[in-house]
Amino acid sequence: MGIVHGEEMVLNIGPQHPSTHGVLRLKVHTDGEVVSKIIPYIGYLHRCFEKHCENLSYEQIIPFTDRCDYIGSMNNNFGYVVAVEEMMDIQVSEKVEHIRVIMAELNRIASHLLALGTFGMDVGAFTPFLYMFRDRERILDLFEITCGARLLYNYMWVGGLSHDLPVGFVEKVYKFLDYFEPQLKEYNDLLMYNKIFIERTADVGVLPPEVAVNYGVTGPNLRASGIKWDLRKNESYSIYDSFSFEVPVGKGQMGTIGDCWDRYWVRAEEMKESIGIVRQALKTLPVEGDVHEAMPKKIRPPKGSIYKRTESPRGDLGFYIISDGSPSPTRVKLRSPAFTALGALSAIAEGWMISDVIAILGSLDIVLGEIDR
Amino acid sequence: MNPENILNILRERFPRSVVEMEEMPDNYIPLLPDNWFEIATLLQENPDLQFDSLQCVTGIDLAEDLLEVRYNLHSMVHLHKIEIRISVPKDKPKIPSVEKIWRVGDWFERETYDMYGIVFDGHRDHRRILLPDDWEGWPLRKDYETQETYHGIVVPKVKEEWE
Repeated sequence: MGIVHGEEMVLNIGPQHPSTHGVLRLKVHTDGEVVSKIIPYIGYLHRCFEKHCENLSYEQIIPFTDRCDYIGSMNNNFGYVVAVEEMMDIQVSEKVEHIRVIMAELNRIASHLLALGTFGMDVGAFTPFLYMFRDRERILDLFEITCGARLLYNYMWVGGLSHDLPVGFVEKVYKFLDYFEPQLKEYNDLLMYNKIFIERTADVGVLPPEVAVNYGVTGPNLRASGIKWDLRKNESYSIYDSFSFEVPVGKGQMGTIGDCWDRYWVRAEEMKESIGIVRQALKTLPVEGDVHEAMPKKIRPPKGSIYKRTESPRGDLGFYIISDGSPSPTRVKLRSPAFTALGALSAIAEGWMISDVIAILGSLDIVLGEIDR
Repeated sequence: MNPENILNILRERFPRSVVEMEEMPDNYIPLLPDNWFEIATLLQENPDLQFDSLQCVTGIDLAEDLLEVRYNLHSMVHLHKIEIRISVPKDKPKIPSVEKIWRVGDWFERETYDMYGIVFDGHRDHRRILLPDDWEGWPLRKDYETQETYHGIVVPKVKEEWE
């Protein structure tokens, strides 16, 4: 690459560009087709989440966490309530834990479906996107019958859940899983093992493991680089330690470890593992029990601070909460996995062609709502 | 390695940088800003410590003319973690940048600067990140007041009551 040398040209991608997954502006310095420098500009979706939190009570913050990462809202709720519960030393019942895990894993599948679908669309495959959205819709329907909302759930509360599971939910989930499992193979045949897709993604945008750690890349992107690190296993929270599941890591089957194809493959494998977790949780789900049982009358964590991280579909989702004992927190900081992943974009994508940059950006699976907060 | 051992290593190498308190906290280490870059290098390179990942950088306004930055570090090798706290006065908020050691710190520090106006000395790309470059003030400070107009547009004041 870089054989033809011309004048440097500055190309502005975004802020409204279909392949940027939100409102993101990239200032790209190019030499011919080859990208020499990328400067991301963010903040178009800044909604002052952290400033709002200082004036809201703890329970009022939960709907705001929904709106940060609107693709994986359940996981955002989960991360926040786990942090507050640890501060207040609340133990929730087995039933609540089971339902939370089921919801979080279903949401992970939905999030990965969107990630893979849009990734496919970024590199020119439109059909798989429609198929994946169709199945994502089935998961959203399950959420809808549970809490009434399709995207912004406000479902997990401190010490419990907003609603118990509706009648017939378990059967519906089983039915969905039985339908969905064979679909995965179809997607893989359609997109992952498609020759054109492999040509576009294998060996492209390789992220070496030590660079990934240094840039704070987490989640599926880190695992694709060959590091077996999953907070559900390594820093187990809730009841994840009672389920058996594998942590898929990139193997470089089509090219090099840590290329775009590996990032796709890890997500595809993770969906299978999530299905396994949901099945196990459904099997041991207690029928009796009140989901409001452990909910405190007043949420006033003792003075102090906590940094708690959980595994969201995009990686380490951290909440740094400082309490002074009053009904609203002194400070809430959200450490967003997409924020750090986008921060690593220039390290991965410089030296590749413009079309590869779009593929790399798609493979990182960023959500601008979470980056800008 | 637990926080106490880490504290002892730091005390040995940088005796003047550790803020000594009557009762040393067990979950974090308070430091002075002066040698932070050297300490961070030690934290990353010492084979017993190897803090290779910077998890989170949080700024806080401690209200009494003090700003604080908290760094959450984690080691993927030894699986231990530590929190570093550095306080700076509001009228001279300056902390050495660690962006060269942990590249993830690049955006984290820009964000902290954006929200609190803390200057990270030695940062190679020191500008605002989430807010526009010409925004006035530091929004997450407790004494922040919204600017009255922005490019001729009136910025609505915060409402006292919920409507």
